[in-house]
Amino acid sequence: MWEYTKKVRDFFLHPKNVGEIENPDAVGEVGSITCGDALKLTLKIDKETGKIADAKFQTFGCASAIASSSALTELIKGKTLEEAMKLSNKDIADFLGGLPEEKMHCSVMGREALEAAIAGYRGETHVPESGERVVCKCFDVTEEKLRRVIIENHLTTVEEVTNYTKAGGGCGACIPDIEAVLRDIWSLKPVAEMPREPKKLTNLQKIALIQDVIEKEIRPQLQADGGDIELIDIAGDKVIVALRAMCVSCPMGGVTLKGIEEKLRELVSEDLVVEEQ
Amino acid sequence: MNPLYLDNNATTAVAPEVRDEMLPYLTDHYGNPSSMHTFGGQLASKVREARVKTAALIGADPEEIVFTSCGTESDNTAIMSALEIYPHKRHIITTRVEHPAVYNFCKHLGRKGYRVTYLPVDSRGRLSMDAFAKALDDDPAVVSIMYANNETGVIFPIEEIGTLLRERGVLFHTDAVQAVGKLPIDTKTLPVDMLSLSGHKLHAPKGVGALYIRKGTRFHPYIVGGHQEHGRRAGTENVASIIGLGKACELAARHLDDERTSVSRLRDKLEKALLEKCPDPRINGDTEHRLPNTTNISFEYVEGEAILLRLDEYGICASSGSACTSGSLEPSHVLRAMGVPFTAVHGSIRFSLSRYTTDGEIDRVIEVLPPVIDELRSLSPYGRERLAAEKLSQCTSSPT
Repeated sequence: MWEYTKKVRDFFLHPKNVGEIENPDAVGEVGSITCGDALKLTLKIDKETGKIADAKFQTFGCASAIASSSALTELIKGKTLEEAMKLSNKDIADFLGGLPEEKMHCSVMGREALEAAIAGYRGETHVPESGERVVCKCFDVTEEKLRRVIIENHLTTVEEVTNYTKAGGGCGACIPDIEAVLRDIWSLKPVAEMPREPKKLTNLQKIALIQDVIEKEIRPQLQADGGDIELIDIAGDKVIVALRAMCVSCPMGGVTLKGIEEKLRELVSEDLVVEEQ
Repeated sequence: MNPLYLDNNATTAVAPEVRDEMLPYLTDHYGNPSSMHTFGGQLASKVREARVKTAALIGADPEEIVFTSCGTESDNTAIMSALEIYPHKRHIITTRVEHPAVYNFCKHLGRKGYRVTYLPVDSRGRLSMDAFAKALDDDPAVVSIMYANNETGVIFPIEEIGTLLRERGVLFHTDAVQAVGKLPIDTKTLPVDMLSLSGHKLHAPKGVGALYIRKGTRFHPYIVGGHQEHGRRAGTENVASIIGLGKACELAARHLDDERTSVSRLRDKLEKALLEKCPDPRINGDTEHRLPNTTNISFEYVEGEAILLRLDEYGICASSGSACTSGSLEPSHVLRAMGVPFTAVHGSIRFSLSRYTTDGEIDRVIEVLPPVIDELRSLSPYGRERLAAEKLSQCTSSPT
């Protein structure tokens, strides 16, 4: 039995906003019965204020899927479409006091249904092109969706990707492709495209991000001035580095370290402290 | 609230008589049966007694019984023994619907270079005998086929299979964990070489099982160490649990008729009422050749975990083959192998009764479950009409 929070159980046992709005202004449908969960979201939108006047859901799925759908409707009612669009799957999970990691895909489903509904309302319905690459054939997960969920949730391992998208959870044939997408996102993407405000990173995520920022953002600048830096260790929030090349004898070494710390705090976590070996 | 427990294929309550028999061996009599002194030696006779009782339940001789830690160990031991004895034979035959103790072990062996044939089953979970006969051409080291399926209760034609294998001199193991104690089994006439059983499926505690090894069958131990179990399974005996298993086997033999009569009557009553009261139900598995205590029902358009959690609110414990009840994202490999459609497989519920199940408990499930199904269906975007209109496409993944 999964360990669900009291709120998840409550929203599952006593779901709010169940049903289908008659003549809805927006409809978002995601998932399928083959894959084990599906959500139909219907919205009534106040044309004058642009606010979501009413939201109802119908869900086929487990307790977390039902609870996530119900939580979604509670979270978006009364919000403008712009405000609602800022809602992330993490907000849904947080509202419920958290979901088991393996069930995070239920919160992603909620976010996707909202996106689909609003896109449809705005006439931006995305029609998948026949050439669009489906990475996981078992659960019909496209590369586009994988990339979005990986970046939004700072996912770094295949297991996390499976928990959030189901991709890789079937026959497993797509696992090398998922690994390739992960490598591509976290190794090659310019730092500027990475999430600017990562929240509650796992240790592995934090380490990966620190390495990335040093490699892509800090080292090139130092090297341009004839200097260099080497990451020695990461212990909790302490980042231990060694200055190399011209930086070793540079009288401004202290300032350089401070600058490195500021950059890491800006792009990774405000709690980081940089020390020289 | 006392749980209304209908998940006896997962595990069973320890019978009070079993508990009472075990208690002195968890407290005062804690000796090691291998010791030469009286304190340990007196336990050896109790272990012998348990061996006699365990053997008697399946018509075996006591020396044909090797105590193990569980059904999984018995299964793994049987298969590994065959592979050790026939190192030149790299082929194993099993089915697509085995318990993970065999299924996943065979997958593991497959990754180690063995060739494994997974025999298909039909829509009622019955073995394809044609596929079986064909697979035999490739001289397997061992055939391992379950006696009865843990999810559906479907009973396999072990006698027919064993007769064919005996003619060809092929080693035959059956995982009879779900069958022992529920069906009369007599290894004197049943053509199997090895048979696994597990204590906690028949009201003994967890952590004890046995492997029947027919006299004369070549055998290689899986756990090597001391001389316990005549060198066939090393490790100090789990004395109290072995004594408990012996008592449980004695009780099971005494209650075998109840399984056919009172337990199956209650199962049928439950099944009939649910079929009548819930729209679009589906019984998974062959209802003719089935364990007396098991029913596996699918309620279309709703999801199994959601049903289980709602039932749990009423203190009713059952099981589901839906993906969401486990860490896996794939639903039951057994139901998928049977070709149960996705509309049903996600909403499957297994009720497994025991001799302690009462009429009142069954009445309670009959009262509680139909409104739970109705309520969850009212939450679901799916229904018969919509799915028909959509011409549901099948998921491309399939268990291998």
